[in-house]
Amino acid sequence: MTPAEATALLEAQGVRKSYGDRVVLQDVDLTVQTGDVVCLIGSSGSGKSTLLRCLNLLEDIDDGVIRFEGREISDPRVDKRDVRRRIGIVFQAYNLFPHLSVLDNITLAPRKVHGLGRTEAETRARELLDRFGLGEHAKSHPDRLSGGQQQRVALVRALATRPSLLLLDEITAALDPELTAGVLDAVRTLAAEGTTMVLATHEMAFARDVATTVCFLERGVILEQGPPEQIFTDPREQRTREFLRRVLPA
Amino acid sequence: MSWEPSARELERRSVRQSLRTRSMLVTTTALVVFFGLLVLGVASSPGWPTIHETFFNGEDAKASFPAILEGFWLNVKMFLIAEPLILVLALVVALARQARASWLVPVRVVAVLYTDVFRGIPTILLVVLFAFGMPVLGLQGIPQSPFFWATVALVLSYGAYVAEVFRAGIESIHPSQVASAEALGLGRGQTMRHVVVPQAVRRVVPPLLNDFVSLQKDTALVSSVAVFDAMFAARDYAAYNFNYTSLVVVAGFFVVMTVPLARLTDWLSRRYSDRERAGQVR
Repeated sequence: MTPAEATALLEAQGVRKSYGDRVVLQDVDLTVQTGDVVCLIGSSGSGKSTLLRCLNLLEDIDDGVIRFEGREISDPRVDKRDVRRRIGIVFQAYNLFPHLSVLDNITLAPRKVHGLGRTEAETRARELLDRFGLGEHAKSHPDRLSGGQQQRVALVRALATRPSLLLLDEITAALDPELTAGVLDAVRTLAAEGTTMVLATHEMAFARDVATTVCFLERGVILEQGPPEQIFTDPREQRTREFLRRVLPA
Repeated sequence: MSWEPSARELERRSVRQSLRTRSMLVTTTALVVFFGLLVLGVASSPGWPTIHETFFNGEDAKASFPAILEGFWLNVKMFLIAEPLILVLALVVALARQARASWLVPVRVVAVLYTDVFRGIPTILLVVLFAFGMPVLGLQGIPQSPFFWATVALVLSYGAYVAEVFRAGIESIHPSQVASAEALGLGRGQTMRHVVVPQAVRRVVPPLLNDFVSLQKDTALVSSVAVFDAMFAARDYAAYNFNYTSLVVVAGFFVVMTVPLARLTDWLSRRYSDRERAGQVR
């Protein structure tokens, strides 16, 4: 094992996932160091979301190994809840709990899973809400907020447990460009602060901006990965070039 | 492209298998211990021999069985007739409560009054009132038997309950569904018929079944208006022989009847949800 591998926060090797005969991921290798921002790009159905769901153990993988914080988490004996306490995830459709206020949405896990007291959890939640310009909505219910605001609340909810890794699954796919900008700014702030993230995105300009590594997925395979400068300007693979030509404005 | 699972994956599979085996063992042990203790506790209580003699007597069970079976056909007939009628009545009432056209306001008022009144009256009271009262009216061309009127009473009583179940289902369908149906040019009636009601019905299958199980049991209420159903036969037997085993036998009949229905509904609703969520997040 090389020193780089030994210190990697997250490491996937030869990950395979299939639903029946349909192979969704195969031979996926991915290494994430602390402070990395890894952007997964590729067309819909290329396996980006599935990969994120596998990393968070929402799906059992069919082969390969996933290591997180130096421990193999793809072992069936591992307590999945233990892993998820340390990994945050934000979904495309926000998935906020509609029956709870914004503040209660955010403090639920810190209080029930991490054992924080109400006051401490709420102080922390309010700090985060203020930082993301949501301070005035603490007592509202999620349905009262715009899509962009809801997605930022979902981001705060994922951050409130202070995860060491944050997974973002196309979090702006359901938003219009203006709201998208607000959410992306929030993610940019997090990246600047050194938050480790793996995100699936269709926002190429954004990916070029924040990513330390970009992975291009095609039919369940990471076809090519590298620093954004290289992937976006001088991709090695023909397929990557075609994809970028289609999604990037001329 | 062929794929052979790696050594690690094979090892993982065997770990999963042994985890499964272990949890099966725990389950089995837990079940055996729990029910073993339960049986032991009951059988070792001081009054058990007496209870065994008066409530669980094999001889009496055998002797009372034929009469109860015969009576039970009446219960079966009754709810087989009542259930479809209840479904129709309840759906009509639930839809009437959703009607928005102004000329339908009287219908809506009647629907509201009906549910309020019939849900409020105890079912046994309805059965008695209908079975003893209605024949006195002497309506032409309508059967006068207590069986007929008791069934009517059950239909009206449960129709009110089930109407509320349907209404809850209809109101739980998201307004965006109505909006997109109307945007396609469907009328209000068509929207209900093709979009809202099909979704609502699926959603309310479990509570619906709950009401039907309850109805199946409540067919025993007709024994109070001298209809010779299973319950009547059992009480008859108990009164003549000073032994209550017959009552336990009827209880057995009702349980045996309702359990398959419960499993059927579980299966149905699982099938619906599997089909609608195929390939999506579970």
